[in-house]
Amino acid sequence: MDKILALLDGSEYSESVCHHTAWIAQKLGADVDAMHVLGRREGAAPTDLSGALHLGARSALLAELSSLDEQRAKLAQAKGHAILEDAKAILEQDGVPSVKLHLRKGDLLEAVHAVEADIRAITIGKRGEGANYASGHLGSNLERIIRASKVPVFVASRAYTPIRKVLVAYDGSASAKVAIDRMATSAAFADLDLTVLCIGQDAGKAKATANAAVAKLHDAGITATSRTATGEPGDVLNDLVAAERFNLLVMGAYGHSRIRNLIIGSTTTAMIQTVKIPVLLYR
Amino acid sequence: MQGRGILMTLYDYRQQWFGNIRGDVLAGIVVALALIPEAIAFSIIAGVDPKVGLYASFSIAVLIAFVGGRPGMISAATAATAVLMITLVRDHGLEYLLAATVLAGLLQIGAGFLKLGRFMRYVSKSVMTGFLNALAILIFMAQLPELNLANPGVTYLTYALVALGLAIIYLLPRLTTAVPSPLVTIVVLTVLVVVMDWDFVRTVGDMGAMPDTLPVFLIPQIPLNLETLLIVLPYALAVAVVGLLESLMTQNIVDDLTDTKSSRDQECIGQGIANTATGFIGGMAGCAMIGQSIINVKSGGRGRLSSFTAGVVLLILVVGLGDLVARIPMPALVAIMIMVSIGTFSWSSIKAMQVHPRSSTVVMLATVVSVVYTHNLAIGVLVGVLLSGIFFAAKIAQLFRISSTLSDDGRTRTYVMEGQLFYGSAEDFTNAFDFREAPDHVVIDVSRAHIWDISSVQALDMAILKFRREGAEVEVIGMNEASETIVDKLAIHDKPGAVDKLMSH
Repeated sequence: MDKILALLDGSEYSESVCHHTAWIAQKLGADVDAMHVLGRREGAAPTDLSGALHLGARSALLAELSSLDEQRAKLAQAKGHAILEDAKAILEQDGVPSVKLHLRKGDLLEAVHAVEADIRAITIGKRGEGANYASGHLGSNLERIIRASKVPVFVASRAYTPIRKVLVAYDGSASAKVAIDRMATSAAFADLDLTVLCIGQDAGKAKATANAAVAKLHDAGITATSRTATGEPGDVLNDLVAAERFNLLVMGAYGHSRIRNLIIGSTTTAMIQTVKIPVLLYR
Repeated sequence: MQGRGILMTLYDYRQQWFGNIRGDVLAGIVVALALIPEAIAFSIIAGVDPKVGLYASFSIAVLIAFVGGRPGMISAATAATAVLMITLVRDHGLEYLLAATVLAGLLQIGAGFLKLGRFMRYVSKSVMTGFLNALAILIFMAQLPELNLANPGVTYLTYALVALGLAIIYLLPRLTTAVPSPLVTIVVLTVLVVVMDWDFVRTVGDMGAMPDTLPVFLIPQIPLNLETLLIVLPYALAVAVVGLLESLMTQNIVDDLTDTKSSRDQECIGQGIANTATGFIGGMAGCAMIGQSIINVKSGGRGRLSSFTAGVVLLILVVGLGDLVARIPMPALVAIMIMVSIGTFSWSSIKAMQVHPRSSTVVMLATVVSVVYTHNLAIGVLVGVLLSGIFFAAKIAQLFRISSTLSDDGRTRTYVMEGQLFYGSAEDFTNAFDFREAPDHVVIDVSRAHIWDISSVQALDMAILKFRREGAEVEVIGMNEASETIVDKLAIHDKPGAVDKLMSH
């Protein structure tokens, strides 16, 4: 349990993921595993719409498809090595002594699962390759990772800024409590400027909730200030982050069932989408 | 994706539908054009109206898109299942065909839940090749009535039209691969026949009723009693078996072409659901189609959407443009079916006859011959599987050796058995003993042999008994090690190194 796993895909976010990973690794004195996963091979079939079957159509088609796959796989592999080498260079420049590279094939979740035993946090970019096509749309793998991960997931924003001011969105839910518990035992938050924010219609109740979290952190020797606010959580958080220049948002992830999220959407997903700073998620 | 089986994740399923939208839609349209001729041609072969096959193709293709196990594979009304039902329709009528379809579907669902797909491993490569070749021959033979000059409407002009159709199918792709050449064939031949006013040429409309409405739910009008069941069951069983065989074989081919794995059990259940539902909308049973699935993969189809598109496009074409479809001349469909037949046939298997062991060629040919003779692919596969089993047993029986030594005083004879002892080698085993010799002691050392079955135990018992009758003392050495293999299931997985230990002695 002493490694940070950085998931890289060669998108614009990858550089920022490396810097953030280096920051966390140095705070915790952890090693870094950098991983790039080559997805399942799919699509890019030959576009022969003639619909005609010649003699030996099956073997000819098999040969054609295999050679196409072979070319693409070689290319993807070379690209994967390049991405990882670049990441290693950035991480070492940032002062991480030990970086291990993993190039794996298949499904991202399975690849993460294979190394999960000795990692303590995952870092990943907000969006993946092809991020520029639909800005504001989350990477399709991100939500799967957050849901499946047993360790905290650090979702990096596009640009890296050194982290000093941290906003903790706290609602007293189970995953939010986990977040506070884990923060209390982590070395990463000791010298940061922490603010615990509770959003609720009932100001008194919100104040009490926030204070409880602050007290818990205080017991662990971490100083934090408590805040309350009213309104639509997404808007409140977004305004506050922009106005007071917070560098990191910490929150519990996905309190509700998948079915509910499917219908009304999830606060977590919406939040990661709207704020322009990194988000650290506990589950 | 090992072990995921039927319980694949929602994410995977969505990916199978929408992971390749453009490719799937285009391929689906191309495939629909290749489905129509087979559905029409084999409805006619089975003795029912073309609409029975066309409704079936629509319903199976669409349903299998949802419940099938192999995305990118095309299923519809097929030659393989249609040829099984000829006598049922002739003797009992369409309603019994529909009932057989429903029952076949239920049997397939049962096979899926019993996980019978795993028995596909005993269908050897040679049997599969034989199956493909036999299927190709069946499809080709089904075109012969349309080329028989004795039939009304068939003239030398028919030959010319078929030749023209084949020329378009095979030569057009050299110019462009952007248009489906079967479509061009259909359009050109139809226009030609209409413009030249060759109204004696047989058209699809001459073959029976075309679909004029969307399919509706109906319950087959048959008496629900034991007698009906006994009529329908043999056909349903044959259809279920052949349907699953062709589907699982096609699944293998698509797995190989796309280098992905898929669940056999789910495919069995999916085929069953598709057939059951199809029977209730007045369609005949079907299964996966090798030729059309290859066309699909070749045209870029990979996901469930391709099969769905093929089914929907087919229905739109035949219902919306039914009058036009009815005017398509039969020679156009014959040309397309000849293409499917050629594409299904494994031409490399003919070349391979020279290099493959003779036993595998015999298995392949036996499969082909028994199918062509019986028109039942299930019988062909059964013959092929039995033959390959026998050939395999004969091969393994050679892995048996018996040697003997006589002690210096001439009183003790020691027989040493090595290798595989089973029903195939039991006779060699018995013949190796010399009962006319008269030693006082006989030692049979089986510690380096494997006893696989009761036949070999019995042979050993008989040998011991015979020596005793000759007055010799018999001692068997190493019986425990040798008989470790006699149990039905070798429990080697839980002991590391157990296979090595078994193989070493």
